[in-house]
Amino acid sequence: MRENLLSAVQRQAMPVLPVTGADLKVSRKGRVLLDVDNIEIAGHGTTVIVGPNGAGKSLLLNLLAGLRQPDRGNVRWNGTPPSRSRYCRFGMVLQHAVLLRRSVKANVEYALRAVGHSRNEARRRAEASLGEAGMERLAHASARVLSGGERQRLALVRALATHPDLVFLDEPTSSLDPASVMAIETMVQDASVKGMRAVMVAHDLAQAKRVADEIILMHHGRIVERAATDDFFQRPQSETAEAFIAGRLLI
Amino acid sequence: MQDFAASFFEAFRLVISLDPDLLEVVWLSMRVSLSAVVMAALVGFPVGAFLAVARFPGRGLLVVTISALMGLPPVVVGLVVYMLLSSAGVLGPLQLLYTPTAMIIAQTILVTPIVAALARQTLEDLHDEYRDQLVLYGLGNLAQLKTLLWEGRYSLLTTLLAGFGRAVAEVGAVIIVGGNINHVTRVMTTTIALETSKGNLALALGLGFILVTIAFAVNALVFMSRAAAVRHAYA
Repeated sequence: MRENLLSAVQRQAMPVLPVTGADLKVSRKGRVLLDVDNIEIAGHGTTVIVGPNGAGKSLLLNLLAGLRQPDRGNVRWNGTPPSRSRYCRFGMVLQHAVLLRRSVKANVEYALRAVGHSRNEARRRAEASLGEAGMERLAHASARVLSGGERQRLALVRALATHPDLVFLDEPTSSLDPASVMAIETMVQDASVKGMRAVMVAHDLAQAKRVADEIILMHHGRIVERAATDDFFQRPQSETAEAFIAGRLLI
Repeated sequence: MQDFAASFFEAFRLVISLDPDLLEVVWLSMRVSLSAVVMAALVGFPVGAFLAVARFPGRGLLVVTISALMGLPPVVVGLVVYMLLSSAGVLGPLQLLYTPTAMIIAQTILVTPIVAALARQTLEDLHDEYRDQLVLYGLGNLAQLKTLLWEGRYSLLTTLLAGFGRAVAEVGAVIIVGGNINHVTRVMTTTIALETSKGNLALALGLGFILVTIAFAVNALVFMSRAAAVRHAYA
């Protein structure tokens, strides 16, 4: 952990936005999984990536986050290749939260320590973050025995506690109850209002309407349409988008 | 039958009265086996950790080999160590044959594959689970490994206890390289074998009780460590 300690000033000097992907291609056994000519994530707000199963949404997210390498093309964070030292500017919530075998608070503290905060500062910020999310009563519980909704909320608290420039959310609310979905959406919207950029993969079109400032529709590994949320739903530009909105688009 | 009953009572008396000869044997057994486990941990954990996260040609063969070595026959290990330490062997000048050190070496060879293989499995499973999340924290390999070792601490403790169980119950290797010399290299298992052959069932039984008690204690420790893990928010 020590090798990763960076001062807040150093971290501020390492912006990651805009995140861009050019000519991204990923294939497996002759099947094209992703084929994206160009994508740029910049500015503010929340982008929701929608599309049927197997459209390449999560793969695109992983490529942009630097977790996977494309077969062809490149990803750039503020014009330069992804680098380990700038991961502290990202947050990510996976579909199934990966939580350390520690208490709820210790999970948040770990993330804060990883981005360079002192032990005391990490403790203070973790308590504050859990308090803001209404999770302070769970602070000393084992993170691994939380309910599905609590786990995802904790994963989001942990991702947001470091005040990232950009947070990737890979179907963070799949199979959660409505109250947990609402809590997570509220947290994302609050962080977005404070200036954090968010990119979220979602299946639920109603959720996309509630959360997104813009929508990216993917199908067969390609970006079919990218538009402001209202435009996407009211004036879809492609037959694919129309079919998807109407619930007629299968993989 | 009466002899057996008398032997049982005598065995209890020896244990309860903390017979010095019996204690000496128990103490040496514990010293040898615990030392072997510590040595095995020093070698086995780094090897297991390396195999868990590193990818290189021949890794699969190495993993299979280490797993296979978990079932090393103790007498074969004893024989090999004997040949190495005997006066004609390459380590003969060290004069270690028939000493507790020779027994520690033999048990270390027996326990190290167990520790390495189980640690590898534990850490590899954790690495598969945590890899993306740890990469997202921008952690280097060393920092990732440190986190994995901490996350797997209770499973790794169980690994050590499994290794200790193997070492303390082992007889074949230590009797060959230790020679079962009274007051020098006589441990519980070799003493049980010797005293049984001599018809001194009381001492053999007394040591047997202690050995079984230790086995129970080791399992209880595994159980308690799991309970402690849950208490400390590890689940």
